[in-house]
Amino acid sequence: MTRSTSDGGLTLPRYLVEDPSQRTPLAFPDYRSTALRAPLREPVDLPHRLTEVTGPVLGEDRVLPHDADLTWRNGGEAVGQRVLVHGRVLDSDGRAVPHALVEVWQANAAGRYRHVVDQWPAPLDPHFDGLGRVVTDDLGRYEFLTIKPGAYPWGNHHNAWRPAHIHFSLFGRAFTQRLVTQMYFPDDPLFGQDPIYNAIPPAARHRAVSRFSLERTQDNWALAYEWDIVLRGVDQTPFEALSEGADDGDVA
Amino acid sequence: MSAPVDPLDVPADPPGPFQPRSGQRGSGFLTGPLRRGTTPSATVGPYLAIGLTWADGEWAAAEGTEGGFWIRGRVLDGNGDVVPDAMVETWQADPDGRFPSPEDPRGAAAYPGFRGYARSQTLTGEFAVFTLKPGRVPDGEGGLQAPHVDVSVFARGLLDRVVTRIYFADEESANAEDAVLRTVPGDRRPTLLATPAPDGYRFDVRLQGESETVFFAV
Ligand SMILES: [Fe+3]
Repeated sequence: MTRSTSDGGLTLPRYLVEDPSQRTPLAFPDYRSTALRAPLREPVDLPHRLTEVTGPVLGEDRVLPHDADLTWRNGGEAVGQRVLVHGRVLDSDGRAVPHALVEVWQANAAGRYRHVVDQWPAPLDPHFDGLGRVVTDDLGRYEFLTIKPGAYPWGNHHNAWRPAHIHFSLFGRAFTQRLVTQMYFPDDPLFGQDPIYNAIPPAARHRAVSRFSLERTQDNWALAYEWDIVLRGVDQTPFEALSEGADDGDVA
Repeated sequence: MSAPVDPLDVPADPPGPFQPRSGQRGSGFLTGPLRRGTTPSATVGPYLAIGLTWADGEWAAAEGTEGGFWIRGRVLDGNGDVVPDAMVETWQADPDGRFPSPEDPRGAAAYPGFRGYARSQTLTGEFAVFTLKPGRVPDGEGGLQAPHVDVSVFARGLLDRVVTRIYFADEESANAEDAVLRTVPGDRRPTLLATPAPDGYRFDVRLQGESETVFFAV
């Protein structure tokens, strides 16, 4: 589970490297912008040493009180379907990641981003900027209130539409755990034509999709979606390998 | 002429239990390692400035910190064109070779004015990070690593971050004995070297091409 180093008895975790069948590849031909940007050479293996198993401590000091409620800006209510997005940040060993910064950004209800590059003819909302920040609690839980983002066209191919999604950025505790990803909503009819969603290997796609959460829906107020985010945990030696050759009779 | 087969005359099942192809009847859930599948990465997209802009993002060390300097550079695509919508993040040790992180088994360090982490977008055509020269950090094999900065690059068109390391061209003797640099083919090592500049160092990231930067699988 851990490996010892020879320097002053330092014991460093080795973070799990998931199989490529579970990870989004860097390049995906149907997503055209990857052609000139995704590196073409094989990456060089970097063993996890001190720089890789440590990471910045970023928490409450980066978050303002209104950052967890994206539906009220400039003294007014954002237009759209209110949704509470909640879940836990865990590592792949199932351990909570407490006090961790979660940054989110998204389009408004019409599918427009408040950004100079986004020029498609959908209205801006003066009461929505699309930026949220939260810090996980002691149990790794997070929650923010926002409006459901609209789908938007993006010109990757004819009649290309991004399914509704919220962008997420997380640090975890170690450089190896850094994650930038997108959360989707269940059963979106646009999944089939979206190369960014389909770049995720089929076995892992469901992990990018939130779950409708009736139990957290608030009467007369907001719908709710649950989404757990799982960062890389410590690499575990399979149980079978540990117990191989073990004599049951030795167990006291 | 043989008798016609009666499709409704189904033979009896064998007396023993059927066996799944795997030979085991359970999923292995209770005996396998406790593991949850990790969340797959996605591109940061073209609108990262909305969510990831910090007023103090570029400052891994506070303004005015003694010994501080800038690392500046471009991110270039396969055509050699500047990528203006990327984000570069850096993480590194302080000048004593320690980290402001409780995950450091030697204990978290608190070097005055030093955060160790910076993020910078490339809107102007360049990223810029204000920092201190990292000290040497144990390499886990009895030696010391050369001063280095871990780098993540995010952009539209990258479905995951790419990771590289900045080493310093003026640290020749330390670089020569660095365990990571030694695993990189000699002709590609220069892509990992920041070169001295008037206010610090320059380090370009080439995502593709003849002198594609060495990227690391972490
Ligand atoms: Fe988006």
